[in-house]
Amino acid sequence: MRKRLVIPRIASSEITSESAYLKRRDFIRAAGLAALPTMSALSPSAGAAVATGGGPLDYGEALAGSSGFRTEEPATPSADISAYCNFYEFGTDKGDPARYAHEMTVDPWSIEVSGSVHKPGKLHLEDILSGFDLQERIYRLRCVEAWSMVVPWVGFPLADLLNRFEPTSEARYVSFETLYRRDEMRGTRSFTSTIDWPYREGLRLDEAMHPLTLMAVGLYGKTLPNQNGAPVRLVIPWKYGFKSIKSVVRIRLTEKQPMTTWQALAPREYGFYANVNPEVDHPRWSQASERRLPSSLFRPNRIPTTMFNGYAEQVAHLYQGMDLARSY
Amino acid sequence: MERGIRFGAFILCLLPFIWVVYAAVVGRLGPDPAEVLMHFTGEWSLRILALTLLVSPLRTWTGWSVLMKMRRMLGLFAFFYGCIHFLSFLQFYTGWAPAALAEEIVERPYIALGFGAWALMLPLALTSTRAMRRRLGGNWRRLHRLVYPAAVLACLHLLWQARSDVGEALIYFAIFALLLTWRLKRHRLQQQQSVSART
Repeated sequence: MRKRLVIPRIASSEITSESAYLKRRDFIRAAGLAALPTMSALSPSAGAAVATGGGPLDYGEALAGSSGFRTEEPATPSADISAYCNFYEFGTDKGDPARYAHEMTVDPWSIEVSGSVHKPGKLHLEDILSGFDLQERIYRLRCVEAWSMVVPWVGFPLADLLNRFEPTSEARYVSFETLYRRDEMRGTRSFTSTIDWPYREGLRLDEAMHPLTLMAVGLYGKTLPNQNGAPVRLVIPWKYGFKSIKSVVRIRLTEKQPMTTWQALAPREYGFYANVNPEVDHPRWSQASERRLPSSLFRPNRIPTTMFNGYAEQVAHLYQGMDLARSY
Repeated sequence: MERGIRFGAFILCLLPFIWVVYAAVVGRLGPDPAEVLMHFTGEWSLRILALTLLVSPLRTWTGWSVLMKMRRMLGLFAFFYGCIHFLSFLQFYTGWAPAALAEEIVERPYIALGFGAWALMLPLALTSTRAMRRRLGGNWRRLHRLVYPAAVLACLHLLWQARSDVGEALIYFAIFALLLTWRLKRHRLQQQQSVSART
C-alpha cells in the first residue's frame, strides 16, 4: 500500500533565500550537472521530497530563452512571493493568506476531471506529484491590480494532465474550481463578501493546451506554500494573475464558455480572457504600467507593462483577428 | 490634568505616523510599501475624522469640556493623514506629473472623490486658527459644516475601491451615518426649542 503523503507547512526560516537558491543553481551549472538524470541523483524524488518536509523537488531546469520558459529578470525573493498574495478564501488583505492558509488541509487531495473527456476520473496527490515530468519555469506574474513579480515555479504542462483524460472532439473550453471548505477558509465565511464560492476560472482549450500553461506544484524548487495555492495550481503567465487559479480540485472540459468568478461579479471590469494588455485599462485604474515587486518607497520600481506580459511571441497567434479591447 | 489629557491624545494620534515611519525605515512594510502606506494613511485619516465628529456627542453625553478643546487637534490630524495619503498618491501613482494627476482625477471617479474629500478639508485646516475663527465670525461655523460632505466623499472613495468585500466600507458608512443622524436630531430639537421659546 502506498504511504499517505504529508505536505508540511513551510516555516519562513526554511524558505530558500533568493541568494542561496541562485548560488545552488550556479553550483549545479558550474559543475556541469545540469543534465536531468544527474540532478535526480542529487535530489530525492518529488514524492519523497514532499514526505520529507519541503525538501527540494526533482525537476529539470528551464533553459534560458527556451520559448519564454525562463526570464533573466531578477526573481522576486521567495519570502515576498509567499507573504504578499491574493487568495480571497483566506481574506482580502494581502497578508491574510500567509496568516491563515495553514488552516487548509492539502493532504489528502485530489483533482476530479470530468466533462467532455473519454476517460473521466480522479488524480490523487501522489499521482500529481510523481506522475508528471516536473520542470522549472521562471515566469513573470502580472496582477490585475498593477503589480508584478518574477516567480520560479516548478510544475508540468496542463496539456500533459488533460491528455491523460483524453478530451473528446466536442471539448472547447476548460473550467477549474478551487477547494471550497468553509471551516478551513475563513475568508469564505465573511458575510459581506460578494463572491459566490467556490472560486471558478476557465480557459479556451487551445489556451489550456499551450506549452506555457503550467500546473505548478513547487516554488523556488520546493513544495508550494499553502498561500500560493498548494498543493497544485494553474499558472498562465500571459494573463492577469486571477486567471491562475489556486488549490485546484475540479477540472471540467466543456463545449460552452464557462462563467468565471470575477466575470460574474463585475463583467465590465473582468473579462473571460483577461490577457495582460497595457492598452486596455481596468475601468478603475490604468494598466499601462506596473510596480515590479519588491518595490521600495524611494525606488517604486514602476515599469511599463508589455502586451501579453511579454509573451506575445508565444501566444499572440491564439488571438488573431480578435478585438482585444472588446474581448478583454 | 487637562493639558495632560490633551498631550496624551496628541501622542496617541501621532503613534500611527511614528509606526509607519519606523516600519518604512526598517523595511517592515513588505514588498509593496507604497500600497501599504496608501491604505494605512487613508484609513487613519478616516478613523480620526470619525473621532473628530464623535467629540460633540460625547461632550453632550459626558459633559467633559476638555473634549471640545481636543476637537481642532483631532480634525487637523485627520487632515494630516489625508495629506500624507494624497502626497503618497502623487509620489507613487502619478510620479508628480500634473497630466497624470489630471487624467486620474478625470477618468477614475474614486480618485476624484478622494481628492474632493481632501479639498473640502483644506479650507477647514487653513481656518482652524483662533484668529481665523474670530475673523470669520458666524461664517466659520457654516464653513466648517463642510466636514460632513468630506466624510461622505471619503466613505464613497473607500466603497468604490472594494473589489469583492464591501464590509469595511459599510462599517465606516454606519459609523458616519450614526454621527450625522445624531446631529440632524439635535438640530431639529434645537429648532423646536427655539420655536417653543418664542411662543
